[in-house]
Amino acid sequence: MLSNIALGRFFPGNSLVHRLDPRVKIVLVVVLLVTVFLANNYLALLTNLAAIFVFMAFAKVSFKNYFKNMKVILFIVVFTSVLNIFYAKGPLLFQIGPVAITKGGFDNSVFVACRLVMLILISSLLTFTTSPTDLTDALERILKPLSVFKIKTHELAMMMAIALRFIPTLLEETDKIIDAQKARGADMESGNALKRIKALVPILVPLLVASFRRAFDLALAMECRCYNGGDGRTKMKVLHICSNDVLAIFAVVAVFLLVLWSNFWALAVHL
Amino acid sequence: MEKFIDIVDLEFSYEETDGGRKINILDGVNLEIKQGEFLTILGHNGSGKSTLAKHLNAMLTPTAGDVFVRGINTKDSSRLYDIRSTVGLVFQNPDNQIVASIVEDDVAFGPENLGIAPEEIRARVDDALRAVDMYDCRKDAIYNLSGGQKQRVAIAGIIAMRPSCLVLDEPTAMLDPVGREEVMRVIKKLNKECGITIVLITHYMDEATDSDRIVVMSKGKIARIGAPLSIFSDVDFLKKCQLSIPQSVELLQKLKAHGANVPSFALNETECVDVLAQCFSVNAIRR
Repeated sequence: MLSNIALGRFFPGNSLVHRLDPRVKIVLVVVLLVTVFLANNYLALLTNLAAIFVFMAFAKVSFKNYFKNMKVILFIVVFTSVLNIFYAKGPLLFQIGPVAITKGGFDNSVFVACRLVMLILISSLLTFTTSPTDLTDALERILKPLSVFKIKTHELAMMMAIALRFIPTLLEETDKIIDAQKARGADMESGNALKRIKALVPILVPLLVASFRRAFDLALAMECRCYNGGDGRTKMKVLHICSNDVLAIFAVVAVFLLVLWSNFWALAVHL
Repeated sequence: MEKFIDIVDLEFSYEETDGGRKINILDGVNLEIKQGEFLTILGHNGSGKSTLAKHLNAMLTPTAGDVFVRGINTKDSSRLYDIRSTVGLVFQNPDNQIVASIVEDDVAFGPENLGIAPEEIRARVDDALRAVDMYDCRKDAIYNLSGGQKQRVAIAGIIAMRPSCLVLDEPTAMLDPVGREEVMRVIKKLNKECGITIVLITHYMDEATDSDRIVVMSKGKIARIGAPLSIFSDVDFLKKCQLSIPQSVELLQKLKAHGANVPSFALNETECVDVLAQCFSVNAIRR
């Protein structure tokens, strides 16, 4: 049941996107995310969406997985876009009884929905094509300059790596506990919201206890493997930027400029 | 020659948090582990066998007495990483000892901690994965592996630090029979082909039969050290230490109790089958 969630999952592969330097990938993803929020007209939005689909095609991960991720936040997308319809002024589009839909409201809701969808697509693209180790490794290197401010970048990256590593394990465990509680007569499908939330307690408590035990075991195992923080640590994988990375940078910068240009173009047309 | 691992009058106790009562887990253990041997530690729950294992690579330090690894006292905290890369410890639950999400990244964790050069790490990781027959799965995600495969990855993670001794604390307790067999095969291979000293802690008697020596622990003390033959043929002693009897021995004992003319001892299944076949064919001829 829970294991169907593809959030934060990695699909091993050897596509162009997979082979990009993870540091470059993270920075480019950030640029793309910014671009999503810069797009303020339909042309820019379309350009952006098209670019993302092209990148997705290059990643060679089945599109089904992206939609699986989407399902998780579908509710949020629908909820926010419906809310946004009512919170805007502008020329009236149409009216059903007391509900008035304005042009501005309609635009708002379309933009919010598209932006959320694109955010999910872009972040999925990153996690689908980058192994958690590469991801945290790259983050550690990107954040390295922050260690000047006494921020423990290695520890942060390590915590993230472990969190990602244990997501599937804990999901599996949750499933097991749910089954075990059901076998003991726990009722999780009926009753009102409050009752159902209460029914979660006998699942969350053992889960919490079990994860503490796991954490303790893991700490022992890490000590046994001579872990003593980031000092003096080396890495198996040496990262270097190659021609593919440069191409990817050009592509993303092109998208960024296109979106900016279409923003100005829309402004000019309006004037 | 220098002793490999030497345990001298080892005592370990802790004080109970509420009562302040002192609890002795280990109570005067003397043991010498030789380079290259396959040693099995047997014992009932709470006999102190896991605590003993944690003393071998300085995860715990003795309350009294000493443990020496290649002449280094485990109390010497400046040599901690020398000790831990000499004696590797593998735990029961494979899921809780794997740090990274991808097989080869996890195996690289130990050598990375030791600050080894990248190319050397790569070589060690590949060697370690080949040694546990997991090389073909090196790019796989951990969550797609079976229990036996995960435990083999955990072993590879230790092997990659190139230890001369591997201490395994009930490595097969959480595995299915297929996984158990895989892991035991790998352990025996590491001992025979790579010359790694194995200290195996188990409560499966059948896993102990192939070892060079068996140590039986009881109430924090070593009850007996001996070859599998001498330990398993003494059924009364095994019962006294609350240990089960290997199936092959049990079968022969029961046959004997019913008046069959069979020898009282066979180490493993194949030996048992041979012995029985021999006996019964001879008996048949006599008749």
